Amino acid sequence: MLPEAAHHAHHPSLAHHFDSLGQQKEAATLGMWVFLVTEVLFFGGMFLTYAIYRAWYPEAFAVASHELDVTLGTINTVVLITSSLTMALAVHAAQLGQRKLVLWFLVATMVLGVAFLGIKSVEYYHKFEEHHVPGPGFQFEREYFRHAQLFFSLYFIMTGLHALHMIIGIGIMLVMFRWTWRGIITEDYYSPVEISGLYWHFVDIVWIFLFPLLYLIGRHGP
Amino acid sequence: MATVILPPRHYLNDGYGIASWLFTRDHKRIALLYLAGVTFFFFIGGAFAVVIRLELATPVGDLVTDETYNKLFTMHGVMMVFFFLIPAIPSVLGNFLVPIMIGAKDLAFPKLNLASWYIYMVGAAFTTYAIVTGGLDTGWTFYTPFSTVSSTSQVVPAALGIFVTGFSSILTGLNFIVTIHRMRAPGMTWFRMPLFLWSTYATSLIMVLGTPVLAITILLVAAERVFHFGFFDPTLGGDPVLFQHLFWFYSHPAVYIMVLPAMGVISELVAAFCRKPVFGYSFVAFASVGIAVLGFLVWGHHMFVAGQSVYGALVFSILSFLVAIPSAVKVFNWTATMYKGSISWDTPMLYAIGFIGLFTIGGLTGLFLASVGLDVHVTDTYFIVAHFHYIMVGGTIMGYLGGLHYWWPKISGRLYNETLARISAGIIFIGFNLTFFPQFIVGYLGMPRRYHAYPPEFQVLNVLSSAGASILGVGYLIPMIYLMWSLRYGRLAGSNPWGAVGLEWTTTSPPPTENFAETPVVTWEAYDYGAPVEGHVA
Repeated sequence: MLPEAAHHAHHPSLAHHFDSLGQQKEAATLGMWVFLVTEVLFFGGMFLTYAIYRAWYPEAFAVASHELDVTLGTINTVVLITSSLTMALAVHAAQLGQRKLVLWFLVATMVLGVAFLGIKSVEYYHKFEEHHVPGPGFQFEREYFRHAQLFFSLYFIMTGLHALHMIIGIGIMLVMFRWTWRGIITEDYYSPVEISGLYWHFVDIVWIFLFPLLYLIGRHGP
Repeated sequence: MATVILPPRHYLNDGYGIASWLFTRDHKRIALLYLAGVTFFFFIGGAFAVVIRLELATPVGDLVTDETYNKLFTMHGVMMVFFFLIPAIPSVLGNFLVPIMIGAKDLAFPKLNLASWYIYMVGAAFTTYAIVTGGLDTGWTFYTPFSTVSSTSQVVPAALGIFVTGFSSILTGLNFIVTIHRMRAPGMTWFRMPLFLWSTYATSLIMVLGTPVLAITILLVAAERVFHFGFFDPTLGGDPVLFQHLFWFYSHPAVYIMVLPAMGVISELVAAFCRKPVFGYSFVAFASVGIAVLGFLVWGHHMFVAGQSVYGALVFSILSFLVAIPSAVKVFNWTATMYKGSISWDTPMLYAIGFIGLFTIGGLTGLFLASVGLDVHVTDTYFIVAHFHYIMVGGTIMGYLGGLHYWWPKISGRLYNETLARISAGIIFIGFNLTFFPQFIVGYLGMPRRYHAYPPEFQVLNVLSSAGASILGVGYLIPMIYLMWSLRYGRLAGSNPWGAVGLEWTTTSPPPTENFAETPVVTWEAYDYGAPVEGHVA
């Protein structure tokens, strides 16, 4: 072990194995970007599956897509984009060390995230009532019965895993709230809020792709 | 030789008791946690192989039923691939060495590193649960629709186990990438890094880019089984071949997750025991990255008989041949390093030479399999089984054991019994070849894999193989014994028993918790064997 004296000048948030807060921040940021690359590949497997079946069964996908609630989907898109704004503002406030503002923007982000999940559950509930959940109870017009099940399988797994990422994101925001509340997050040490923001924006971007691919098939002009 | 003494404080005596291990954030202790884990699952996987080889000693199915046999080879494959071969070198040797080799105090994210081990163990627990509650019979490849519809075995817990373990792999790779980018000591430039780090870096890229695809694929299989979703279900218009594409997109590069780190180990061993810089350092370094990149473009060669288009097959065939180039660069450069080197035949070097020979055979037979016409002939025969065991066992395990012996004095601070170690290296080499070389022949003659019974004319070759397996098994048990023995009774190693260069040999054995008394400043190139080094015992 190094003598304790070597540590006395260190920032309280500097981990023992880093030389400086700058190095620690760079490492954390790169780590999150690498993780997001992993996430791109994770969702990529589903987007590939979607692309192939959409190309094979365009009509069934268009018909099945019309069963989704575009109004609720659009509202959710707006909710989520707004949450990205509040997240970005939280990061900005953290950089400036405006602790109260950070707390408010984190709360706003979490409220919007929960609203998104609430609206999503309403949609799931409707699908359940309409027997659009794949499996033995699935009902759909005869012509597209099989391929519509593929569509709804993809719909549920893609939006389901997206929602799971939202839930994890809200959990991260709770931790950030606590750290900011306790004064751990300062203008010298705001990278946790910043990289949490990276994650939150990524989850948003996934939705930006999911929304048109799932809700808006065949809805463009004549 | 000066008297060597144990350093008063080192990572092994910095805290005692079970909690000091289970909650440690020291990369070296986490490496040892992984060592315990992978060794345990290696012997579990090996136990399945023992029963397989016993069954195949006779042409008729007299020891186990066909269904039990299906489970045996599946569980052998799952255990060995996901719980031993993939984590072995990165998580044990990589974890221990990456920070030390670049002069850092730890990996960039020590808590995440510990979390990786717990995730690995949770995944292993799921899979073990699947094994003890009925087993798994899909083959380690989980092909649909058998895995989603037909199989009555424990597909879901096994799949979840592999899904979970995948995240351990991803987080380990992420940790290595960030550490190598951001934590290098002053003067440790990219081209001064030991080649083990280049290959670990290339491996980490595959872990981070490939594993999530396997994760989602295996999750889709589980969802299809549990919720009757229809991603790969032909009755709904889904495509089972899509599963194969997604599966092999990860699982072919996974082969390079297994063998690239072993190649890195071999570079270290060849340089240390020939006392020369590795010939063509930058070529060997870039060959690692080249293999990682090309490895992502060849998955279709697993699907030459799966209804892939002819043009698709041709492209995958050509790309697969290209992998031979960076692989051969490595083999030629190791050989050129040995040329006119002053070679000492210590145990790690025996493993290194074993690796070079066996990997060459495995690689050359890989070219057979990359040619579409020949591959159609030998698909699903023992030729395939022999080929990939030459790479995975002859390559990865040789590299792993060679590395474990080379760095054991650093890890434990003590020397093992060199005579026993050389003997067991020889036993492993002989046992390995006797086990798997006959499988090339019997496969080429047409014996299919994954059957518990076979035509009587194949018995001689199968008996040879089973006999070899028993020798190989003994060869694996001996190191267990003398390495454990050395922990207590072995002679003290001193900081540099091999007289090797590299930052890991400049600190004490075992190293202190933060690896170095003060952060080293690197002013020399890798493998700086220009002048004779003092203290070499061999």
